[in-house]
Amino acid sequence: MWIAIGSLTAMGLILGGLLGVAARFLAVKENPLEEELKELLPGSQCGQCGYVGCSQYAAALAKGEAPITLCPPGGKATIEALAKKLGVAADLSDHEEKVPQHAFVVEDLCIGCTRCIRECTTDSILGANKLMHTIIADTCHGCSKCVEVCPTEAIVMVAIPVTLNTWHWPKPETAPKPEAGKLHEAGAV
Amino acid sequence: MTTTVSGPFTHAANNVQKTMFTVLLAMTPATVFNLYLFGWPAIMLFTVTVGSCVLIEAGCLALVNKPVIPTLGDYSAVLTGWLLALSLPPWAPWWIGVIGAVFAIAMAKHSFGGLGQNVFNPAMVGRTVLLISFPVAMTAWVVPHPLFSAGAPGFADALAITFGGQIPDAMTSASVLGHIKTELSRHIPVTQSLEGIPALWDMALGYRAGSMGETSAILILAGGLFMMARRVISWHIPLSVMAGLFAISAIFNVIDPARFAPAAVHLFSGATFLGAFFIATDYVTSPVSKKGQLIFGIGCGLLIWLIRTFAGYPEGVAFAVLLMNGLTPIIDRYTRPRVFGRDRKGEPLPLGKEKS
Amino acid sequence: MKLFNIRGGIHPDYRKGQTSEKAIVAMPLPALLYIPLQQHIGAPAEALVAEGDLVRKGQMIARGQGTISAPQHAPTSGRVVAVAEIASPHPSGLPQKTIIIEPDGKDEWADLPEPIADPFALDAQAIGERVAASGIVGMGGAAFPSAVKLNLGTQKKLDTLLLNGAECEPYLTCDDRLMREHADEIVDGARIMAHALGTPRIVIAIEDNKPQAIEIMRKAASPFANVTVAGVPVQYPMGSERHLVQAITGLETPARKLTADLGVVVHNVATARAVHHAVRFGRPLIARVVTVSGGAISEPKNVETPIGTRISDLVEFCGGFAVRPERLINGGPMMGQPLPSLDVPMIKGTSGILALTAEETNDNPASPCIRCGTCVTICPCGLIPVEMAAFIRKDKLEEAAKLGVMDCVSCGSCSWVCPSHIPLVHYFNYAKGMLNAKDRELRKNDRVKSLVEARTIRLEKAAEAKKAALAAKKPAAPAAEAAPTPPTSEEKATA
Repeated sequence: MWIAIGSLTAMGLILGGLLGVAARFLAVKENPLEEELKELLPGSQCGQCGYVGCSQYAAALAKGEAPITLCPPGGKATIEALAKKLGVAADLSDHEEKVPQHAFVVEDLCIGCTRCIRECTTDSILGANKLMHTIIADTCHGCSKCVEVCPTEAIVMVAIPVTLNTWHWPKPETAPKPEAGKLHEAGAV
Repeated sequence: MTTTVSGPFTHAANNVQKTMFTVLLAMTPATVFNLYLFGWPAIMLFTVTVGSCVLIEAGCLALVNKPVIPTLGDYSAVLTGWLLALSLPPWAPWWIGVIGAVFAIAMAKHSFGGLGQNVFNPAMVGRTVLLISFPVAMTAWVVPHPLFSAGAPGFADALAITFGGQIPDAMTSASVLGHIKTELSRHIPVTQSLEGIPALWDMALGYRAGSMGETSAILILAGGLFMMARRVISWHIPLSVMAGLFAISAIFNVIDPARFAPAAVHLFSGATFLGAFFIATDYVTSPVSKKGQLIFGIGCGLLIWLIRTFAGYPEGVAFAVLLMNGLTPIIDRYTRPRVFGRDRKGEPLPLGKEKS
Repeated sequence: MKLFNIRGGIHPDYRKGQTSEKAIVAMPLPALLYIPLQQHIGAPAEALVAEGDLVRKGQMIARGQGTISAPQHAPTSGRVVAVAEIASPHPSGLPQKTIIIEPDGKDEWADLPEPIADPFALDAQAIGERVAASGIVGMGGAAFPSAVKLNLGTQKKLDTLLLNGAECEPYLTCDDRLMREHADEIVDGARIMAHALGTPRIVIAIEDNKPQAIEIMRKAASPFANVTVAGVPVQYPMGSERHLVQAITGLETPARKLTADLGVVVHNVATARAVHHAVRFGRPLIARVVTVSGGAISEPKNVETPIGTRISDLVEFCGGFAVRPERLINGGPMMGQPLPSLDVPMIKGTSGILALTAEETNDNPASPCIRCGTCVTICPCGLIPVEMAAFIRKDKLEEAAKLGVMDCVSCGSCSWVCPSHIPLVHYFNYAKGMLNAKDRELRKNDRVKSLVEARTIRLEKAAEAKKAALAAKKPAAPAAEAAPTPPTSEEKATA
């Protein structure tokens, strides 16, 4: 019996030691993760994540210090791409799917000061000094920096409307299933 | 405001209940005949087994807060209990049925997530656990004592057998495969021990010792054909199981008839027919593609022969099916059909090579 | 002619008897007509009329925009009541710009383009222009602008025009009746289209459950040696373009390619008839045959109705509801879309309006998958619905994409056959929509990145230019250095 105990203990120690040595000398070098993470982010340096710019957020992600759900303009697609790259589960439970938004100039309040135009990270605002400003919704990605600098609070964020071209079927369980027999009086569903 | 349910808005007339019910119907002739053959003790054991399966299923469903009565209404627990009962020795004591039900329903089915989630055939898991844990009780075969015939146990005697656990020694017998194996271990060649077994026709009809459901090959075949006619199962698995078993046993029987039993004996003894038509064809644990099903069936056939011939147990259907169940996911992965317009690797077909 | 097998498919209860023997009846003009500006795949049309304008029958009231678009025409004479956002006949019920016309009852034709006496003397482009100007789109339901498809003859080598008379959906009989009653027009339209496409061969495929249509079309096609009528096996989804091409030619369209890449162009029989009217008589597409059927309709009919008729008017014309319908469907029961309400109009691609009872829909709540594998056996595209749906339920859309969910044609066979009544096609439609939305989001992110980069470069250049300008000014204005210039706004922004 003692031989059995002794031999197993010896084997355990030797093999464990070998594993430790391997972990040190045969360790896989870290990939340039930070660069790759940065590529996945929108890159507009809007600062909504709380870090100064996308590269800082990417650095924090690479170190594992930051959750992957901090980038609103990136949306769900970015979260999932980050999750895949980092090999973590995309925990979307507390990520409120912020409805995609774009900026909108309330024309009654706009004074034509061009501050928002200078601030816009994607040059999505059309206008000139003393002339009406307007947002090009197609390229606005919702970083809301313009909202912060407008002196008259003339810019608001509005939800991007769903159109016939962007609508898609909802997931089956969550679709409001009409109750049997309660359908279709003309005009009422 | 809007209806957001997608089509299609019509459906075939089938559902899970109808399918299960058809299987139960297909098993009924063989079951009734065998219950008649083995008398009151068999009837009692059958009732206890199916009943405990249903009760345990109800308990498990309640534990996970699923609706109990509607789910029981899909007959899957009844089917598992029925198959388990058919694979038990007909005069086994009642606690065999109950313990088998626990392992079949609670462990093999619900701990994996319930209907559709189990990897291994629940009835076979139940049977295997029983066989390994209680080998004596699980191999106490008896010769048929048809109901109401002379020498058959009456109701009171049956209560003693099933609930008392006492099988009168004079009534025990060995199954065909058991007999062959025992004789081989005594160095009596197969060719000689074959003389001691019932005629092939009797084996096919069912007048032989064996488990409750396996003895009547003809009635099981009828049930299997009925299921195929109703499109509940296809011919792929039953045919490949039998063909696989037949082929390998025939080959080896030719090579050495003294060591290896003939193919016909393999086909008609043991639970071959029951396994081929009712056990291996279980939807949840068999591959989804037809090609995969053929591979699965042949694998079962080969394994049945291997286990019967070389392993410590005389009967191999349960083990073979369980082993192939374990391989089902990988079989599924490699037998995916080719997608329309793409080659087997998933790349679009090159133009100019589109002939299907 | 030799036919080939298609994989899988189902044999539903066709229930065409309700309307197959009923001749097409014309619908009287309703009180109002609603013509949406987008009834086709592509860019919406642009309205040419405004509130109060008077229009005549066949007058162009909206102009197509861009290459993939189609114009709209007034179905009858009358007055434009409004150009407004009205709920569209789309499952979302989302509104789109619609021209609302009040018929004046006179049904006066506008000045139409000249009838073309001999289309076979014209070149493909001229025919294409006439078809485009007539607003003709694919009338089998897809509503792709037909002129664009006719132009394929200039881009690819084509040898067969395949006319799709399969009509494999249950209940629908509009194409069947059209073939029985207007066979000559269809054959003529087909020959004109074949001439435009440059295809020497025309095949008209009709499912074998329409023997009268096959016979009548054969007779209409008999004078023309290059036109063959082929009876194809009754198998859903035989009418699917790629599968029909496979059945007739044995060729499998590669993924992401068109059937035209195989030399075959497919058009619906109703589209052929519309081409005949447009080319021979100059008449635009302003009416079509719709099958109104289903257990809940009092008098099922095949109705020839002006484009833009409201569904409620159609149902009323067919006797109203006999019982309260369980489902209202635009199209057939397999691939049709749910109607958001009865107040939406039928459009160019509407082939059927169905009001189904609960018995006909046979809808049960979904129960767990039992892995029976029937969905795999019958999928005509060789996909594995059971595995794809399992992934999609767990939000693993990328895995489902790897299994080929984007190749799914949403025929509905798997959902139809599933014993557990799992809404498989709904899962796939959801997945396709989500994957497309993700794709759009990623492309938008790329765009944003390039815009940001462009801006950064612009600002750097401006800063450098400023520095250079300052450096140039320095020796000329030493006095200015005493009063430092205030930092400019650009420098403030880049700091």
